Amino acid sequence: MEREALTINPAKTCQPIGAMYAALGIHGCLPHSHGSQGCCSYHRSTLTRHYKEPVMAATSSFTEGASVFGGQANLVTAIDNIFTVYEPDIIAVHSTCLSETIGDDLQQIATKAKDDGKVPEGKYVIYAPTPSFVGSHVTGYGNMVQAMAEQFAVSTGETLDQVNIAAGWMEPSDMREIKRIAKEMEVTVRMFPDTSDVLDAPQTGKHVFYPKGGITIPELKSTGDSKFTVALGCFSGEPGGVALEKKCKVPFQTEDLPIGLRATDRCLMTLSKAAGVKIPQSITDERGRLLDVMTDMEQYFSGKKVALFGDPDHLIPLTEFLIDLNMKPVHIVSGTPGKRFEQRMKAILEDTVPEANVKNGPQADMFLLHQWIKNEPVDLLIGNTYGKYIARDEDIPFVRFGFPIVDRIGHSYFPSVGYMGGLRLVEKILGVLMDRQDRDAPEESFELVM
Amino acid sequence: MEPVRKFPDPSAVRDEMLQKYPPKVAKKRAKSIVLNDPEEIPQVQANTRTIPGIITQRGCSYAGCKGVVLGPTRDIVNLVHGPIGCSFYAWLTRRNQTRPDGPEGANYMTYCFSTDMQEEHIVFGGEKKLKQAIQEAYDLFHPKAIGIFSTCPVGLIGDDVHAVAREMRETLGDCNIFGFSCEGYKGVSQSAGHHIANNQVFKHVVGLDDTDKGGKFKINMLGEYNIGGDAFEIERLLEKCGITLVASFSGNSTIGQFENSHTADLNVIMCHRSINYMAEMMETKYGIPWMKVNFIGAEASAKSLRRIARYFEDDELMARVEEVIAEEMPVVRSVVEDVYPRTKGKLAMLFVGGSRAHHYQELFGELGMETLSAGYEFGHRDDYEGRRVIPSIKIDADTKNIEELKVTADPERYRPRKSEEDLARLKEEGLDIREYEGMMPDMKKGTLVIDDISHYESEKLIELYKPDIFCAGIKEKYVVQKMGVPLKQLHSYDYGGPYAGFTGAVNFYKDIDRMVNSRVWKLIQAPWEEDGAALELEASYVTQ
Repeated sequence: MEREALTINPAKTCQPIGAMYAALGIHGCLPHSHGSQGCCSYHRSTLTRHYKEPVMAATSSFTEGASVFGGQANLVTAIDNIFTVYEPDIIAVHSTCLSETIGDDLQQIATKAKDDGKVPEGKYVIYAPTPSFVGSHVTGYGNMVQAMAEQFAVSTGETLDQVNIAAGWMEPSDMREIKRIAKEMEVTVRMFPDTSDVLDAPQTGKHVFYPKGGITIPELKSTGDSKFTVALGCFSGEPGGVALEKKCKVPFQTEDLPIGLRATDRCLMTLSKAAGVKIPQSITDERGRLLDVMTDMEQYFSGKKVALFGDPDHLIPLTEFLIDLNMKPVHIVSGTPGKRFEQRMKAILEDTVPEANVKNGPQADMFLLHQWIKNEPVDLLIGNTYGKYIARDEDIPFVRFGFPIVDRIGHSYFPSVGYMGGLRLVEKILGVLMDRQDRDAPEESFELVM
Repeated sequence: MEPVRKFPDPSAVRDEMLQKYPPKVAKKRAKSIVLNDPEEIPQVQANTRTIPGIITQRGCSYAGCKGVVLGPTRDIVNLVHGPIGCSFYAWLTRRNQTRPDGPEGANYMTYCFSTDMQEEHIVFGGEKKLKQAIQEAYDLFHPKAIGIFSTCPVGLIGDDVHAVAREMRETLGDCNIFGFSCEGYKGVSQSAGHHIANNQVFKHVVGLDDTDKGGKFKINMLGEYNIGGDAFEIERLLEKCGITLVASFSGNSTIGQFENSHTADLNVIMCHRSINYMAEMMETKYGIPWMKVNFIGAEASAKSLRRIARYFEDDELMARVEEVIAEEMPVVRSVVEDVYPRTKGKLAMLFVGGSRAHHYQELFGELGMETLSAGYEFGHRDDYEGRRVIPSIKIDADTKNIEELKVTADPERYRPRKSEEDLARLKEEGLDIREYEGMMPDMKKGTLVIDDISHYESEKLIELYKPDIFCAGIKEKYVVQKMGVPLKQLHSYDYGGPYAGFTGAVNFYKDIDRMVNSRVWKLIQAPWEEDGAALELEASYVTQ
């Protein structure tokens, strides 16, 4: 049955949670949700379940009165209270469907708070509009990344020997891995946001309200003087690159998130060109190790049908990687709208799996995906935790990937990007496929060596 | 022997908590932080607005309505009218368990339904989309009922979900459709949403099916949401005692149970905060008295079963209840005996919900643990101080905006289950009908009662008291644990449970023993960070 109005089991959520996550990647920043208490509570809960880490954020606590008369008073009070009690360096405000519907102007309110003396010297309030009825959580992340660049980057006229990474939606582990690779390449990078050392903080017996990670304000300001920006992910990272070019004339190039072999190849080549450095042998060796496993284990991947769901910036390079493993991605959905997803997917799939079902935007949900799987069964399902219901119903091997993952750990500690991240993905896929083969094998063909 | 622990002076703690706040905030928070005196219960400010920017545990009205009260019923399609997020976040996150009637029995709880409103619907209205979404849900699932839940923008743009519900109910004919104006900005917390949910279920569902399903002692269980299987354990006990459960609001429930719930002879309430409205309305309309019970804690469970039996004034039932308690208690006692020496004297703090912060003190008491501070996330003054304060509660604008249904006795179906004289007599005999004494009479003198505790206040409490366990929710879990203190989630039970009844008590004892005595907390400091850690090798070897 074709649905036009009803979404069932969405493959997306709303903008503000993305903005909250991105804001946690600035050092000393307290995200602030300008809306009802429930928004902030839900986002904090979801992020906490995914990271198993403290996720601090504040809310304007709208009541019916504020909804009628506007939320300015609530936000100005909140800014005052937050700077007094929780002492952040920055408050990153995002809007909600409520404050957008009533037409609150965040820029005007932030200016008023400053004029009223509610923003202490040397402290900042930044803001990003994130109406929940447009786009998805990915859009909200992108909007906050854009706000960081627009509201912090300064061009002093000098060009620094550093490259910006406008980081798309990745795990803290992924951001850490990209910094490691850059260090290996001897490139100074300014990555924003950077949630490593924020959402993977160590257990020390002390709660550090603002953990040591996150890009600092001086670093963020200096992005305006960088010689280049590599934006990762056309949905979630590119808005940062565009904003820096517009404001500070820093040239940029958008690459896919470095998930899988070829996306990593492209990302590293762009980074090496931007920085004017060679890719060192150590990285080439990492690539070789990934490729070695891909060649050694080829028989286990080949021809296996895959269904996947999640966010465009993840699905685009992941699909390409699955094809490089000779797998067949046959059903793909993302709740996040955007024509570029369709275009890229078409280009990636047309030579090998032209018949694949691909849909994004409204009603591109997990209920549709499940129907597709019932019509054409698959050997592997890849997606966030909610996929476990389909995996159980249809008895399909399942690899958790994306957001949110609330029933397993590992994503925030072990990267999925770069060649080492590719190895992890390959290991996870092989693990579930081989476990399945072992489980289903008749006694006589239960293999010792695989 | 362990030395007796010295705790800081609670009024000094209170002062220290307030010190950092701006004067206006301090003035307001001061009224919500009180030193308890069970003899002369002080007034607590509760159910008032959270101050913007002061990090709170609270959620919204929608969460209380859709998430808490309606979420656990398996055969209603819960359709959220709004942008995608609200439905997404409430998707399976509360752990309400349910057992469908056979493989074909309807269960929509694993689904997330939303109209996924886009900008055009905010601008031009979303009623058309809502109608079509209802039609599509009906065509796909043919549910007995569809509930429509309004999110913030719906009320602001003026979509009339109740009119849409009426129209579609008539169009479809065999599907009960009702709406909830539970926009997130209503009220000051989840509590407003509970009330809205109670109203609509009472108005549109309760009383639709007069069939007498039989049973000698018929009760409804109100305010038990079957998190982690609590309701299953209570169902087991009731069945064992020969008590018939007509309906549960709303753990492991169906809409059919709600429709038939007015045929019960007693309403027992677990979570007073979220469901007392339903109990009062059912008493006024149908004549069913209500009684507060508590199945959290073995002693409390035994007491609750005895109270139900006392209400029915049936010797056989009273005897059966005693038999059941006698059967259940030995296992409980043997586990307490084992655990007690390791838990005795440990310190707990509870900041959660609208009843759990009270109920769970029972279990900690059974473990010999002390509760030095507790409070609710969305309770009202009556949940702290007892229902006797209800007439003196000031009704503010936020509460006034929540509809108060005008309920009168049903001309045909009002049937007082007990005469006023009987009730008075039972009361005299110690059976408090229509009563809830609240949390504070059960807490010691000088303990700190804190309503809607802020993040800052929690950190101060932990820093100053160093409790052995802190009970709250997912948002607090890892903050507190980063401070080296284990946190027990009392919304989701850390994905364990059940904790209700006798089986639940045993589960809880074991979990708490494990948590407060876990080796891992002692490993936090790296050996080279310890005072006086030797930095030179001590060993030497000799080559020959």
